Amino acid sequence: MKLFEYEAKTILAKYGIPTPIGGLATNVSQAREIATELKPPFVVKAQVLVAGRGKAGGILFSESIPEAGKAAEKLLNMRIKGIPVRSVWIEEKIQIEKELYLGITIDRVNRSHVAIASAVGGMAIEEIAAKAPEKVIKFLINPHYGFHSFHARQIARKMGYSGKQLVTLGKIFEKLYHVGMDYDAELIEMNPLAETFDGEFVAADARILIDNNALFRQQEYKKRLLEGESELTVQELEATRNNLAYVKLDGNIGVIGNGAGLVMATLDTIQYYGGKPANFLDVGGGATSERIATALDIVLSDSHVKALFINILGGITRCDEVARGILRAKEKVGVTKPMVIRLVGTNEEEGKRILTEAGIHVLESMEEAAQKVVEISKQ
Amino acid sequence: MGIIVDKNIRAIVQGITGTQGSFHTQLMLKYGTRIDAGVTPGKGGTQIHGVPVYDTVEAALEEYSANASIIFVPAPFAADAALEALENRIETIIIITEHIPIKDAVNLMAYAKKVKATVIGPNTPGIITPKECKLGIMPAHIFKPGGTGMVSRSGTLTYEIAASLTRNSIGQSTCLGLGGDPITGLNFIDVLEAFEKDPQTKDVVLIGEIGGNLEELTAEYIAKENYRKPVVAFIAGRSAPPGKRMGHAGAIIMGKAGGAENKIEALKSAGVKVAEKPSDVARLLGKAC
Repeated sequence: MKLFEYEAKTILAKYGIPTPIGGLATNVSQAREIATELKPPFVVKAQVLVAGRGKAGGILFSESIPEAGKAAEKLLNMRIKGIPVRSVWIEEKIQIEKELYLGITIDRVNRSHVAIASAVGGMAIEEIAAKAPEKVIKFLINPHYGFHSFHARQIARKMGYSGKQLVTLGKIFEKLYHVGMDYDAELIEMNPLAETFDGEFVAADARILIDNNALFRQQEYKKRLLEGESELTVQELEATRNNLAYVKLDGNIGVIGNGAGLVMATLDTIQYYGGKPANFLDVGGGATSERIATALDIVLSDSHVKALFINILGGITRCDEVARGILRAKEKVGVTKPMVIRLVGTNEEEGKRILTEAGIHVLESMEEAAQKVVEISKQ
Repeated sequence: MGIIVDKNIRAIVQGITGTQGSFHTQLMLKYGTRIDAGVTPGKGGTQIHGVPVYDTVEAALEEYSANASIIFVPAPFAADAALEALENRIETIIIITEHIPIKDAVNLMAYAKKVKATVIGPNTPGIITPKECKLGIMPAHIFKPGGTGMVSRSGTLTYEIAASLTRNSIGQSTCLGLGGDPITGLNFIDVLEAFEKDPQTKDVVLIGEIGGNLEELTAEYIAKENYRKPVVAFIAGRSAPPGKRMGHAGAIIMGKAGGAENKIEALKSAGVKVAEKPSDVARLLGKAC
């Protein structure tokens, strides 16, 4: 789950990491009020959870309070990559001498957290790594021993700092680590961490991604996610609320299956035969009729869907139960779009009989079913 | 034979009194897996399908000398359960539980490495050595004993491919799921090493997916070590967009990293045959139509 910039900065500030002084506004008068308490010039930043906000015109600079008000008005009436801007963050503009990068994320291969630093910042860390790999410093964190001030100072030295600056930078990095651990961050970064003309460090931008699996101990953010204020689309949110895994894609074949790998392979097979999947949806194990109904509801709420492909491999799940579920769901949701169903596994004969009697065509092979649904989607 | 589990396994089930734990205990017993005891804190003294239940792993091990544990404990408490098994010197643990926080998994894996234990999962369907031992939730009837080792990051996709191998009279030595999370215990290379040493295993099926660079590292290993057994692979997620988690917490393309094409290219250049569709795996093993 992505946090807004203002949330991330507020958390950093709470841990004593220097951030620009600022405030959050959801309307123009609020924006002006905040600006009156700050020293100009100002930066007004749209609070949206999409990447490339700056390039899309979501960050504006202003010299005076009326100008800041206008900037806020412009941003609050804007959509960035289709997402309406609901709030803006107004802060004092910092005088940047140099942009750095500090972050902590997961190293999957080494099964640990990794601290990443670079004396070059301001662009994506992957980009920095591609352009100047020698500038990127990585340090694997021992899970039992943690990341200490001295680790951070060693990194600061490698970044070219000494004396008081090395000590300050070390403290900031250590604090960043504690924020990351306390908030179950999958990724936490200050990019850029600005070095000002007077040699201080300030987090000019900050990003925190909370591990979705840890939201049970981050209730404040879980609440916000489920209330709809997040990067999720309408369908993705509905799926999250029902513990279904859904991803919106840009095709016209709605897909429902059980198991993440199987559903991915189903999408790939559709694409292999020249079709375009509209979504990924994994109903998981033991798909009850209620779950299938919810899944159908979500997939069909996407108006681009022309045909449906349900791919169930009944392992321990019984195919006859799934078949009854599909029928009940069909009745409840009122499916009118053509459906192709592939149903194999335990009690598949009974499952097939139930669906065939209801006039639904059932296939045994995933490839055959994929070809069939692609054909229908092109009619 | 096979790897990691065989008929000498004596297991305990942690979280045995839950719906999943109880249901799958029954199926594992039916398959012939030896399950000595179950553990659920607060439920000690009861029985599930004839298996005695204890409050702690320590208490269970005072009565039985188990060497494996399968864990069905809910995500917020699963890492605690796994550490309990590890501290009580259980050598092999299989974590079925999905949605364990990354931070918990990181701590757990560091401890497992220190005590040199084998961890399968989290978020795995488990492991099966057909006709010898099943410690997992997979449907048993789609497997049959034979010479093909299978290792995968997915559950149902493994069933899909295993069923197609069995239909084509290709039996399996051992099949296991590494788990769909970003942090897992065993990885492909660990399992390939074990399959290489196992006389029953003649060839290997590797089922990967988008996210991370495990498949690329495995390709490097196969090429560098001149891996002696034929490997056939399938990679799921060719059509997945970047930045989206495809069901599994670990199945996500970050920027340009973790995409399917890279993995497929890496494996092909290491001499691995890569199937375009799940049903092509049997054909590429060279034993079927």
